[in-house]
Amino acid sequence: MPKDGIGASTKRREDIRFLTGKGRYTDDINLNGQLYVHFLRADVAHATLNAVDTASAQDMQGVVRIFTAKDFEAVGGLPCGWQVTDKHGNPMQEPKHPIMAEGKIRHVGEIIAAVVADSLEEARDAAEAIVVDYDELPAVIDMKAACADGAPKVHDDLTSNLCYDWGFVEENKAAVDEAFEKAAHVTTLELVNNRLVANPMEPRVAVGDYAPHDDSSTLYTTSQNPHVIRLLMGAFVLGIPEHKLRVVAPDVGGGFGTKIFHYAEEAFCTFAAKQIKRPVKWTSSRSEAFMSDAHGRDHVSKIQIALDADNNFTALRTDTYANMGAYLSTFAPSVPTWLHGVLMAGNYRTPLIYVNVKAVFTNTVPVDAYRGAGRPEATYQLERCIDKCARELGVDPAELRRQNFITPDQFPYATPVAVEYDTGNYHATLDKALELADVTGFDARAAESKKNGKLRGLGIANYIEACGIAPSNLVGQLGARAGLYESATVRVNATGGIVVMTGSHSHGQGHETTFPQVIADMIGIDASQVEIVHGDTANTPMGMGTYGSRSLAVGGSAMVRAAEKVINKAKKIAAHLMEASEGDIELKDGQFTVSGTDKSVAWGDVTLAAYVPHNYPLDQIEPGLEETAFYDPANFTYPSGTYICEVEVDEGTGKVEVLNFTAADDFGNVVNPMIVEGQVHGGVGQGIGQAMLENCAYDADGQLLSASYMDYAMPRASDLPMITVDHSCQTPCTHNPLGVKGCGEAGAIGSPPALVNAVLDALNRNGHAVDHIDMPLSPSRVWTAMNQ
Amino acid sequence: MYNFEFVKPSSVEEAIAALKEEDAQPLSGGQTLIPTMKQRLNQPSKLVSLLGIAELNGVSAEGSTVTIGGATPHAVVAADASAYPALAALASNIGDPAVRNRGTIGGSLANNDPAACYPAAALASGATIVTNSREIAADDYFQGMFTTALDEGEIITGVKFPVPEAANYQKFEQPASRFALTGVFVAKYADGVRVAVTGASNDGVFRWTEAEEALSGNFSADAISGLTVDASDMISDLHGTAEYRANLVKVLTGRAVAAC
Ligand SMILES: Cc1cc2nc3c(=O)[nH]c(=O)nc-3n(C[C@H](O)[C@H](O)[C@H](O)COP(=O)(O)OP(=O)(O)OC[C@H]3O[C@@H](n4cnc5c(N)ncnc54)[C@H](O)[C@@H]3O)c2cc1C
Repeated sequence: MPKDGIGASTKRREDIRFLTGKGRYTDDINLNGQLYVHFLRADVAHATLNAVDTASAQDMQGVVRIFTAKDFEAVGGLPCGWQVTDKHGNPMQEPKHPIMAEGKIRHVGEIIAAVVADSLEEARDAAEAIVVDYDELPAVIDMKAACADGAPKVHDDLTSNLCYDWGFVEENKAAVDEAFEKAAHVTTLELVNNRLVANPMEPRVAVGDYAPHDDSSTLYTTSQNPHVIRLLMGAFVLGIPEHKLRVVAPDVGGGFGTKIFHYAEEAFCTFAAKQIKRPVKWTSSRSEAFMSDAHGRDHVSKIQIALDADNNFTALRTDTYANMGAYLSTFAPSVPTWLHGVLMAGNYRTPLIYVNVKAVFTNTVPVDAYRGAGRPEATYQLERCIDKCARELGVDPAELRRQNFITPDQFPYATPVAVEYDTGNYHATLDKALELADVTGFDARAAESKKNGKLRGLGIANYIEACGIAPSNLVGQLGARAGLYESATVRVNATGGIVVMTGSHSHGQGHETTFPQVIADMIGIDASQVEIVHGDTANTPMGMGTYGSRSLAVGGSAMVRAAEKVINKAKKIAAHLMEASEGDIELKDGQFTVSGTDKSVAWGDVTLAAYVPHNYPLDQIEPGLEETAFYDPANFTYPSGTYICEVEVDEGTGKVEVLNFTAADDFGNVVNPMIVEGQVHGGVGQGIGQAMLENCAYDADGQLLSASYMDYAMPRASDLPMITVDHSCQTPCTHNPLGVKGCGEAGAIGSPPALVNAVLDALNRNGHAVDHIDMPLSPSRVWTAMNQ
Repeated sequence: MYNFEFVKPSSVEEAIAALKEEDAQPLSGGQTLIPTMKQRLNQPSKLVSLLGIAELNGVSAEGSTVTIGGATPHAVVAADASAYPALAALASNIGDPAVRNRGTIGGSLANNDPAACYPAAALASGATIVTNSREIAADDYFQGMFTTALDEGEIITGVKFPVPEAANYQKFEQPASRFALTGVFVAKYADGVRVAVTGASNDGVFRWTEAEEALSGNFSADAISGLTVDASDMISDLHGTAEYRANLVKVLTGRAVAAC
């Protein structure tokens, strides 16, 4: 057995450098002759931008050059990577997304000008001397108001503020409506999925560099997908071919989706460095991050479930307003549609489903994918509505769910919303969670709480998610302007050590630990013999990066395919060395053997032969041992699970305490249980943050009310309970070589509805008939609901 | 941050002289002032640090009075004000360790943030704010959000707290900043009960006189059960409505009394 193979809870090797302060983040990169940029950002949400006068600022100390929108006339806008087709078959409305505000300011935080100077303080001083002439316009903030006739338009050249009106599956709509008419019971719920700011610990940073000697540009950036940034920025914005453009994303301190997208600041630094011929650096302050990082969620929905007289779900329909913000961020249009609508079946057999989504432009920061992206919004609607339904019908919410589950024998299961779940066992995770959460002991605990003057409640939620994103031909049909394969090169060195160059990118996921575990297992060598290289377009094959819980399922699969090619070639070499036939060669524990004989040759001897090919079948194979594979998944993967949360509510203040949290997940096969557990902890932490604390709010004028940690509440350790994590219910994915499904987003998807359900359970059990409270469940909101 | 000069005098007299310069400002722990300077919201020409003046730092107890130097950090109050346990407990729960080790009582009272903790303690205790030139009763000192009786160039050198028979501070934290969303300080003296509320009102810290009367007759949570708190002057923001804060005033007062 190799040391630290598949299934070992190996400690994360990258943590040694992170925990000892030796990580190398983008902000640690300082180049010779580097200049600093400060962006002058809009402090109003909507205005006509008449003129930007930089004359006096230009002469200030340390200023090298000031850029305004005029400098970008020959440059493209930031591209959108997904085109959604509306319910009438028309393409979405797609406004230009300029690097700097052109003629109009459309959200607080939009870039108006950029001062490049010798020092950051000089750049900031000069920015204050820039005179901006603008006329404020009424801001469009509320989505429904934005869709009303005569609403001010965010983009004057569009017909309205509606990006698209999407119906899915449009052909089913009539049948769904008919099922509602025949229903024995209908439950309706209106809810808000609150806008969030991702707040990775490391804010965004970009350093642009230009090399006159070969006319090449380099961008160092905090990205989850450097190849995607190279393609988008090079081809669509700046017109730099890939062979003259290198993008490096070194250690990245958390992404959570918000570092997927191509941002104006990245293009700016690359562009300005080439113009000035000196490196240009930008490090976002936390205040800038609040108003320039893409936000997450922000859906307003109405969901309805129809049931027959036996409590079987017969139909489901939802109407959602999804906020796009002022411009379309890179993948924004796909989030409320192909990552949300297609998940509305959840874990249930509901035969008829119709989803409507209106994507709306408003004078707010662009909204895009955030941990879970669309799937949390779908799960939240469904699991909240089922809970309400159970209360209306007076049935046990766990049993109502169980009764409507897709059963284990129904897999593969084609849902009415276009996807086919390959495997799953929802009964198993439900039973597991009920057991681990000691649900039978709840009444006694609730009585105990009551003695202490507290209201205790228990909430359940199931989730299903689609990850391992995604089959390229499928997403191409759905409007993606990119493929979603992944790549890996497995380079074996002469003495047997291995370097894997992957297109995936690790920014907290622990790839440097888990990926070697897989290789170690395949070859039978220690994981310490394997090194992972990622994050630099100059030395990794073209890859699509890390998001959507895709790294192991897609990137890991590419690595397995490349390693299989390596092993096949190594077997040919071993066969030659042992004068045996290739078909008889076996590889185990780092030794090649000839079956049925005692002949063997070690892995290191074979790799040496590949690079010192003195005794080598040169007439049949090339020297060297290095292979590349691109893997395009056949389907999404479908992790699922059951989350149970227990809370106490203080009746006097409305304060909610989360007492415990149980997560029973089916992630398929698990490579490193400890890392998986950590991913669930983090996801649940973010889910609790969304459900209880985090609230990105604008006032009617488009000013961001929660623009710092004074008002934007991030979850802290003391806000979180102990979390019980179980992933023993495993139905391996049927279509990727590792049988893995992905675990990165599950925690953030399943936890918000479990928590909100628990609070409502506490209230309703104790005489407060409250149907719903919108997240975050702040003490004020909970108290107000109890005292209406 | 804009450029500024920095001086660190070792006596109150030197500090007062240095503060005569236009746009000079005292700097104590810097936990409030420095962030506003980093945001370029404040542009003092000169910062006069009070941390080099030994007499401004420390806690002393004499008879039934605890005196705290104007530049005493919260952590020192938490550790040394054992003669006034409710005050020490309040100090131990301000901000995080960095804030407690740097931030000072004088800075807090001079700033008079409507959600700060010390103003509630000072007002409920009927404390005396001592400055370089006079003594100001707490009842006269607090004059609304971020507004005090301090004159330009006047500094707080100390605060005298009469130690009550019993006292308790109930802080209900705003979930983001963890300042007081509402905080109630109840102090019981031989001659009556004082109740001061922070975080709740548009007018800053205030005394809830109805509760004081009720509690002075009957020092139990029941005594205030019939009272209502008027929500009309309460703060309403992202974190809580005016009605909610009015509720907190009553609930926290009851809990403070019960905990005394
Ligand atoms: C993260 C964080 C959390 C916090 N949480 C809390 C909390 O829970 N509860 C709470 O009450 N506070 C809280 N605070 C505020 C903290 O208590 C500050 O330390 C305090 O408000 C200011 O004290 P300072 O010594 O830092 O003053 P400084 O920042 O140095 O000065 C503040 C102001 O007072 C003036 N000043 C300072 N000293 C004097 C003096 N002796 N005489 C006259 N004027 C003076 C200064 O010129 C300045 O205008 C928090 C602060 C932070 C950063």
